[in-house]
Amino acid sequence: MKKTLNQKAWFMVLPVLLLVAFSAIIPLMTVVNYSVQDTFGNNEFFWVGLEWFEEILHSERMHDALSRQAMFTAIILLIEIPLGIFVALHMPKNKGFWSSLCLVLVALPLLIPWNVVGTIWQVFGRVDIGLLGHSLASLGIDYNYTQNSTAAWFTIIIMDVWHWTSLVVLLCYAGLQSIPDAYYQAAKIDQASRWNVFRHIQLPKIKGVLLIAILLRFMDSFMIYTEPFVLTGGGPGNATTFLSIDLVKMAIGQFDLGPAAAFSLMYFLGILLVSYVFYTLMVNSEGQGS
Amino acid sequence: MKINKSACVMVLYILFLMLPIYWLINMSFKTNQDILNSFSLWPHNFTFDNYIVIFTDPSWYKGYLNSITYVLMNTLISLAVALPAAYAFSRYSFMGDKHLFFWLLSNRMAPPAVFALPFFQLYSSVGLFDTHIAVALAHTLFNVPLAVWILEGFMRGVPKEIDETAYIDGYGFFGFFRKIFMPLIASGIGVAAFFCFMFSWVELLLSRTLTSVDAKSIAATMTRTASASGLDWGLLAAAGVLTIIPGALVIYFVRNHIAKGFALGRV
Repeated sequence: MKKTLNQKAWFMVLPVLLLVAFSAIIPLMTVVNYSVQDTFGNNEFFWVGLEWFEEILHSERMHDALSRQAMFTAIILLIEIPLGIFVALHMPKNKGFWSSLCLVLVALPLLIPWNVVGTIWQVFGRVDIGLLGHSLASLGIDYNYTQNSTAAWFTIIIMDVWHWTSLVVLLCYAGLQSIPDAYYQAAKIDQASRWNVFRHIQLPKIKGVLLIAILLRFMDSFMIYTEPFVLTGGGPGNATTFLSIDLVKMAIGQFDLGPAAAFSLMYFLGILLVSYVFYTLMVNSEGQGS
Repeated sequence: MKINKSACVMVLYILFLMLPIYWLINMSFKTNQDILNSFSLWPHNFTFDNYIVIFTDPSWYKGYLNSITYVLMNTLISLAVALPAAYAFSRYSFMGDKHLFFWLLSNRMAPPAVFALPFFQLYSSVGLFDTHIAVALAHTLFNVPLAVWILEGFMRGVPKEIDETAYIDGYGFFGFFRKIFMPLIASGIGVAAFFCFMFSWVELLLSRTLTSVDAKSIAATMTRTASASGLDWGLLAAAGVLTIIPGALVIYFVRNHIAKGFALGRV
């Protein structure tokens, strides 16, 4: 649609602008402020320039947290995206009781508060009282997510898959719904194989929503805090201390404002950079579609 | 044969989703002794005690009331400011509109952990700490951009000729917006409200940082109780089950719009 040029439209955007300025720009400026200053208490601050940024960039702790974070995000993307597409292809297509029921049940994990997701898996994985832990233990597998870091990783990844695959499923399902029947009939006449139908009809049609799914999963998994916080508290040791957990430990636990602020800014800018690339890709692919 | 295979996949997937939830429900109907001493797939000594505690103890049920209060406030605020903005983005081009749009979206990408401490200081300094409105305002950080994004997608689907015809018919802007435009994008508003509700309801970090007593959310109540009294598993399970219910109800009401909202609203 061609849009009219109208500078007065700014007035309609103004409420949003004021609100977001209050809840985003002011706090962000505080962070910027802390990131270049040091304090000896008593609210006396002095300028230290970029020292904190250098310290964070060279700190072992940050490198470890970052590599754990990157590994976690890579693993869950590799599992959730293909699994999500696979399940979406098998969702019931016709409208009716069964498809409504499937939608509601599939969407359910998305609406559970994140700390309850943590609690559910904390309980489910315990060897003494949880179904998963108990079954694994009775199979003779040494499983204890509070002490064994492999088990902790396994639990966190399966929890994230449980929690968020449905988002990918719903997005892909919505994309698949928009494919007209005529396409499938044409494919049938051409005797296209199942794989060819997927590769040349379904995949191009869901490309747009798939990009959104990948973007959302990347962003949200990179910011993950609540679920591992409840489940393992970042442990055992530091095995599941991801970036957000480390940041909160640093800012609110130890009150190291300077390094925490410098860390925050780099963290935010990093996510922003990757998201911007995705966003540009997305807008471009949308442009091709219409 | 093909239908059977699809059904199998769905049954397996839904089984995988439901098992942990079933386990929580199962535990919520057991006494603590049963949970710790006898491992069973269903409650043998069926009891409502855990739920009775939650519904009679103010420190528990107030958590739910507080959460619902700030979630509803947040949904209202987000929609109220997002509607005109989304209209502007969908209809007009103006100086800096594309940059503004991405900047708004970038707030959805901000890790809440980055904002936890500055929010705490900001809301303490303006005297809003431990109030519902503080949490509601803090959650607008990610809900307003989302609402603008969803609503803009729906509004673009409404042809511009409708606006023009309405003006010719003598409607003023507000009359047109309220009487003609809003009903046309009703499902969009529904979907946007759904996502605002959802993301505000599930968030823990900000709501826990910004409240202490008066406006403490149920999520915060649960984490604090879990760490304070140690291992009252039955109570924790019952509280968890109760937090799932509002979400399940909301999904049930919007079930026919979800798929469409995901595609059109590009969430």
